[in-house]
Amino acid sequence: MIALESVSKHFQHRGKAVAALAGVTLEIPKGDFVAIIGPSGSGKSTFLHLLGGMLTPTEGKVRIGGESLYDLSSDERSVLRKKKIGFVFQTFNLVPYLTALENVQVPLVLAGLAEDQQKRRAEALLGRLGLSDRLDHKPRELSVGQQQRVALARMLANDPALILADEPTGNLDPETAEGIMDFLGELNREGRTIVMVTHDLRLAGRAKRALRLVNGAMQANGPARPGVGEGASVAENKSLCGN
Amino acid sequence: MKIRTLVWREIFERKNQLATSFVAILLGVSVIVAMKNITFYSEKAVAYQLDALGANVLVLPKSASLQDYYGADMQNEEFPEEYVARLTTSDLQGLDNLSPKFSVPVEAGGRRFILTGILPKNEFQAKAVWQGAGIFARPAGCGVAVEVPGATAPAKETLVRKRVIQSLGTNEVMLGADMAAALKLTEGATVPLLGRSFTVTAILPQTGTVDDSRAFAHLHTVQQLAGKGAVLNAIEIVGCCNQISKGLVQKINQLLPDAKVATITQIVDTQIKTNRMMGRLSLLFLSIIVLVGGASIANYMFANVFERRREIGTLMALGAGSRVVLRMFLLKALWLGLAGGVGGYVLGTAMAAILGPRMAGVPVLPMLTPLFWAVGVAVLVCVAATYLPARRAARLDPSAALQEI
Repeated sequence: MIALESVSKHFQHRGKAVAALAGVTLEIPKGDFVAIIGPSGSGKSTFLHLLGGMLTPTEGKVRIGGESLYDLSSDERSVLRKKKIGFVFQTFNLVPYLTALENVQVPLVLAGLAEDQQKRRAEALLGRLGLSDRLDHKPRELSVGQQQRVALARMLANDPALILADEPTGNLDPETAEGIMDFLGELNREGRTIVMVTHDLRLAGRAKRALRLVNGAMQANGPARPGVGEGASVAENKSLCGN
Repeated sequence: MKIRTLVWREIFERKNQLATSFVAILLGVSVIVAMKNITFYSEKAVAYQLDALGANVLVLPKSASLQDYYGADMQNEEFPEEYVARLTTSDLQGLDNLSPKFSVPVEAGGRRFILTGILPKNEFQAKAVWQGAGIFARPAGCGVAVEVPGATAPAKETLVRKRVIQSLGTNEVMLGADMAAALKLTEGATVPLLGRSFTVTAILPQTGTVDDSRAFAHLHTVQQLAGKGAVLNAIEIVGCCNQISKGLVQKINQLLPDAKVATITQIVDTQIKTNRMMGRLSLLFLSIIVLVGGASIANYMFANVFERRREIGTLMALGAGSRVVLRMFLLKALWLGLAGGVGGYVLGTAMAAILGPRMAGVPVLPMLTPLFWAVGVAVLVCVAATYLPARRAARLDPSAALQEI
């Protein structure tokens, strides 16, 4: 389970403190699929980086499986990310000079897996995402949809229990975005916890629940899909996102 | 895949950006290697020339003039033979060979020649006090007599080339080429000199000097025949060039204040000047490679870190710790240094082989030692210049790196 206890994050901007997160308290049980929605600059990405152990909060505690994330050293958090957390980025962030196969191998290299095991696992993951015929293609030789699928395969390389997705469909056409969301749903059904940041309310509706983040505060939470839980409806959220 | 695969791919992805730094290291190293190579063979050539000339330091009576280096011992001035003992029992470094000489004019076949008394080496070694504390107790061969053809050759060869011979009997004589030709003497013949009959043991090869008109006999025999007692006209010394440059002549002067000590200054000076110039130029190029090469690499690496901050942030998000990131950049620096060092060695060696004969007038052959030197310097400069940028990369805030782009 993930727990945030009165977490605040302030940045200094031209000598003034700007609150990206303000006293957020939240619990995300194992196997949950949460969509974080909110306008640009509302602190969504900051929230995701905090959960990923990449941004130390100004105040409060972030716990993953009972362990206080920021009581660990930077290198210990790297190890935790390597073992338990998978990131999906809006711009995919593939390494441009590596092939699709090698990109998926990167987390496995960092985990110290033998080369033949790396290759087998990377090939299997790319196969699962329908990219068996694109193993030796570099990112610039792939379509954006294919690039995001490579990024998803890379994210799954170390079999993470927690997936943090930052606008995973932001650069994709609706059809490809649907496919990615289907895949995330499949991963959630496998028991993985997913926290997804998006401004697309329609896609947020695919999550079990949606949380609204406005000016660093979680204003309401609830089921994005009727019957799953309580909180703001997609219709309500729509007005917040201006869509 | 391994971390090094990732580093290797990145180098080739951005090879054009790396080219300037690589060329800076390559040229710096190659110039140093070329200079080291040429200097080595230049020193060797000068040393060989010095060796071919024979003695390079002369101890003469105080009033002697030095118009003719080879005839400087024939001026009717004398000093005690005891000076030899002072030299051999001193702690002076760099005395490779000593040859005390006493010369008197002689007539033979109606012509005037010079009879020169020399002391064979075996008599030095027979004197325990000289052997135990003197020059023969020190390591022999200081670099002057490098690769002398005929080092184990017959006595006449060693006399001509090294100014000493191993042994010489009391009634034996060695004749210069001109003297032997004038008197029509061959080895085994006898020749009367100063009223004593000498057996010719060797005819010396032509040298083009006054030595060609000399007869060499045992020092003590000549002293006895001349009736002058234990005196000398000169002591020829083969001194190590590096010791001469460190003040060997001045030290001999201090040891023998009543004698004049001279050297073939122009030859030694040439070498000293060449060595100093090469040494200074090597230092200059070392400074250039450290400053220009190092600055170029540091600049490239800082730019590389800045350009790759999204990639570094992504790797950190995937679980790369600071040590992995540091290692990636230092590995890149190591390879750059290895390539620059090996490339610089090959280029520098080729430059030396081509330019050596034109610049220094000596043939230059490839040497292995500069390879280790070149690689060491190049790697050190590359790794040192990369350390700060690499540390900056390792300390990059992944969240900021991912958000700002």
